[in-house]
Amino acid sequence: MAGNLLRVNDLILHFRTTRGVVQAVDGVSFDMNRNEALAVIGESGCGKTSLVRAILRLLPKNVHAYEGSVILNGVDTMKYSEERFRSEMRWISMSLVAQAAMNALNPVLRVGDQVAEPLVVHQGLRKQEALAQASEVFRMVGVSDDFLSRYAFELSGGMRQRAIIAMALITKPDLVVLDEPTSALDMLTQANIMNVLKSIKRELEQSFIFITHDVATTSELCDRGAVMYAGQIAELGNAQQFYLDPYHPYAQKLMGSVPTLRERKELEFIPGQPPSLISPPTGCRFAARCHRRFEACDQEPPLFELADGRSVKCWLYK
Amino acid sequence: MQDRDQALLEVKDLRTWFELRRWVFARAGYVKAVDGVSFDLPRGEALALVGESGSGKTSLARTVLGLYKPTAGDVVFEGMPLSQLNRRQMRAYRSDLGYVQQDPYGALPPFLSLRSILAEPLRVHRVRDKNEQDQRIHEVLEEVKLTPVSDFIQKFPHMLSGGQQQRAVIARAMILRPKLIAADEPVSMLDASVRIEILKLLRRIQEAHNLAVIYITHDLSTVRYFSERIFIMYAARTVEKAPVESLLEHHYHPYTEALLAAIPDPDPKNAETFRDVPAGEPPSLVNPPPGCRFHPRCPRAIEGLCEVEQPPTFEPQPSHFVECWLYRDEQKSGLG
Amino acid sequence: MSSLGKALTTVRRYPSAVIALIIILGLIGVAVYAVVSIPLSEAIYLWRGTDQVWSDTPRNAQPAWTNVFRSKKLPETFVVRMGDSEKTTEQLGEAMWRETSVLTFDYKYSLFPTEMNFFFDVTFETREPQVTITWITPDGEERRLFRGNVRPGQRFAISQDDKLTRNLGTLPDVGLFAVPETLAEGAEPEVWKGGYALRVEAITFEEGSSVDGRLVVYGDVYGAAGTDHLRRDLMVGLLWGTPIALMFGLLATIGTTVLGFIIAAFGTWYGGWIDALIQRITEVNLMLPFLPILIMVGTFYSRSIWVMLAVIIALSIFTAAIKTYRAMFLQVKMSPYIEAARAYGASNTRIIFRYLIPKIIPVLIPNFVTGIPTFVFLEASLSVLGLGDPTLPTWGKILTNAYQGGALYRGYYYWVLEPAILLMITGLSFSMLGFALDRVFNPRLRGM
Repeated sequence: MAGNLLRVNDLILHFRTTRGVVQAVDGVSFDMNRNEALAVIGESGCGKTSLVRAILRLLPKNVHAYEGSVILNGVDTMKYSEERFRSEMRWISMSLVAQAAMNALNPVLRVGDQVAEPLVVHQGLRKQEALAQASEVFRMVGVSDDFLSRYAFELSGGMRQRAIIAMALITKPDLVVLDEPTSALDMLTQANIMNVLKSIKRELEQSFIFITHDVATTSELCDRGAVMYAGQIAELGNAQQFYLDPYHPYAQKLMGSVPTLRERKELEFIPGQPPSLISPPTGCRFAARCHRRFEACDQEPPLFELADGRSVKCWLYK
Repeated sequence: MQDRDQALLEVKDLRTWFELRRWVFARAGYVKAVDGVSFDLPRGEALALVGESGSGKTSLARTVLGLYKPTAGDVVFEGMPLSQLNRRQMRAYRSDLGYVQQDPYGALPPFLSLRSILAEPLRVHRVRDKNEQDQRIHEVLEEVKLTPVSDFIQKFPHMLSGGQQQRAVIARAMILRPKLIAADEPVSMLDASVRIEILKLLRRIQEAHNLAVIYITHDLSTVRYFSERIFIMYAARTVEKAPVESLLEHHYHPYTEALLAAIPDPDPKNAETFRDVPAGEPPSLVNPPPGCRFHPRCPRAIEGLCEVEQPPTFEPQPSHFVECWLYRDEQKSGLG
Repeated sequence: MSSLGKALTTVRRYPSAVIALIIILGLIGVAVYAVVSIPLSEAIYLWRGTDQVWSDTPRNAQPAWTNVFRSKKLPETFVVRMGDSEKTTEQLGEAMWRETSVLTFDYKYSLFPTEMNFFFDVTFETREPQVTITWITPDGEERRLFRGNVRPGQRFAISQDDKLTRNLGTLPDVGLFAVPETLAEGAEPEVWKGGYALRVEAITFEEGSSVDGRLVVYGDVYGAAGTDHLRRDLMVGLLWGTPIALMFGLLATIGTTVLGFIIAAFGTWYGGWIDALIQRITEVNLMLPFLPILIMVGTFYSRSIWVMLAVIIALSIFTAAIKTYRAMFLQVKMSPYIEAARAYGASNTRIIFRYLIPKIIPVLIPNFVTGIPTFVFLEASLSVLGLGDPTLPTWGKILTNAYQGGALYRGYYYWVLEPAILLMITGLSFSMLGFALDRVFNPRLRGM
């Protein structure tokens, strides 16, 4: 049955700024199953980081609207109070590996203590037990035990990123959200981290949401993929469909613009810029740059669910 | 004077070392950022420098640009060695170079309008006449397609999109009519769909003006679209140098192999396989390992040889150079 | 500059800043008005204050508007001039004329005046005129106050005249205005409100000789700000104190900030021994005692405001602020656009002034604005310590005079409150504006 882990319905997150209301997440819906990795791809300004915030309820002060439902394991987390969410959801059922997280390690604490902290805070474990579990998680991410007693500056970039991943895994959450986990890393380190994530997925049957702008890297850890554009999901499908045969014109162009090493291909680029999230255009938001637009595109298309299991937000697939 | 056949840029066994200072007087060693690199670059050719952070590619470019002084070896531009240039000549040299940086927003002073930003290099090089400035600015903005020009010259950097900012940076690099452009990761901070646009623009400009380009990147997948030759750098040395197609077909150095293996194409099958990449980190540039610097991580290291002696350059195929003992039976090459 | 416009619109969102801006504009307006209406030389002259300059003002009088709060109004000071009164002239002889003027006025206050003077303004060649002054009470009773020859610039101090005091049995300012019955022994003198007259008969002996004069009845209140112990109208001091305070604050702040800034920029850019030298100088300077040095300079060298300003600036440049600027410059120094400038061959000075400094100036502005009141207060403190410029009318000087004159013991609160409130308003308004600007230019503080 689709969506037995996570169901997101019509999620909306709007922010108030001095220039107007930014409609960062504007009606996003998708499902996820257990032991599945969902990649969410989008360029800058599409709202993907806000999507992370919306799912994990890490909201800033200037929220204008926050609606919809996020149903994890059958429970609608949107209905939880702030305190209940903090004590029962965040970092217990869902955790986050944030962007440039490797720089977010507290420089004055030992790495081991930091990684073990969620256990101490949320599960009330004693320090010793927590550190034992931290050691176990370190093994899984491929960092040796010695580093538990070291400080952040003694670790290289790749190792710090692994430590952060360990911290996200240590409470055995149902879902781990990764926001650009490898964009600050070198190629080899990136490949290593992806290997780590792959092995964790196999070993723990862990579910991931992997959010990034780097199309090629997502293919490493992706069972299903979604493309975000201007605060909405443009296309959602399984990995085969998504990478090899996208339907939405934006997704097509996006795949066409990724340089490939092994295959010779003519690269395309998309002229123009994504629309502002403050006053998004009426009708289909990609219409202005779309090479296949027609009259119907003046109206905003719904997310059509196709027979082969994918969803496309485009009138061409009515 | 200049030899017709002489390459525009010749780098001869260049070493750029930075002193590590402990206290005011004590010296704690050197960071050997570039440690023995040689190559020629003729006009009209784009050369890609690929490597991870700390490989020395940025330091190499900065030394060519005159931002760092070579510690040993030399950079020879149009027959003139940099180390022998006086102040005035150095300034003239700088007008032959253009620099495109990685961060388009950081590369533009936020408090100046586009016109002022573009006029600055002109002013520094004594082009004071307003009309001539206007004309050159107009010319260069047309070339990078920031049109209508009259609209863009009054804008400030924060009013431009990432792609437009990078075009402005390219415009600034071109305004002194350089012969060589150093582009340091020019598209890595831009969105995927914009990268191609900018790379194509750079290619067009290169062809139109017969420029020599040093293109630095860590993203091997863009190299094919943009350069003729590619150099792989590791720990301050060039471990493999070859024409692009040749390298992609036969990669000789184990590090090159690792890099190529590490790069994913958007293929759904990737999720099922693990990548074969060596563990470990690039070595310290203060105390690099003895012998071949890659030997601690190399899956094919030859015991007794690789950890003892630095390999010279071999040429297993014409114009394809490798610094690796695995090819010691091939013809040894004195060229680069 | 578009950033200025943007700054103003953002500042408008903070009500405290808007109020502050209004106050500051008001202060500037007052300063301009002061400079325009009373030129500096005149201000100094007035402030030097001798009896001649301030003849028509009482000592230690409260501001006139305080009467609004009193049911029993304090008497105001007023002047009655001979020139304004009716005159009759008769010729008594060949070289003798008598001019009679009657000066009338109404006295309507419940309290007695504090002092009374009659000032003569006579001209003659050799023979002094002879003047008789007669006091006429509301019921027509006459009393001769004075008869005698008059010299130029002579003053008849009615309230200090011993003969009158003896005759009246009490001080003339009381006796001349009291209801006669209430002058009896043991009774409380009561003011006789009504129309009084002063008859001045002047006998001149020459053609061109003339006698002019005025009666000044001094009350307890005067003017908008009151007076001090030297009879000086405090408005002069308060008005002129404004431009001096603002100018001092502004110049000192500009001097220290701009110079400190540029020095930090140079040090940070060149690095090496220059940077080290500047840091060491700063550290030494931080240890030097600020006020004692000022006191030394003031006592042994000069107390001129310009000298003080120069010393203050010199001592204030190399302060902790330089370290802050240095930190900021170090950060900017690493920016890509600076590197690009070096690549296209910009000279060091060009980089410093055209690329480095403009990036940090927005951060400078709030510090600048909040620094102004520091120096304004410093100037006032110096005055109180006795180091102020002795010739200039400043708020600090007024405060010093008030302190020395025992203002608080003697109930002259206005003398202390007026300069104090002005100092406070200046400090508050610049600080509030500075804080708002800080929030504009340092976006990270915006949430607060």
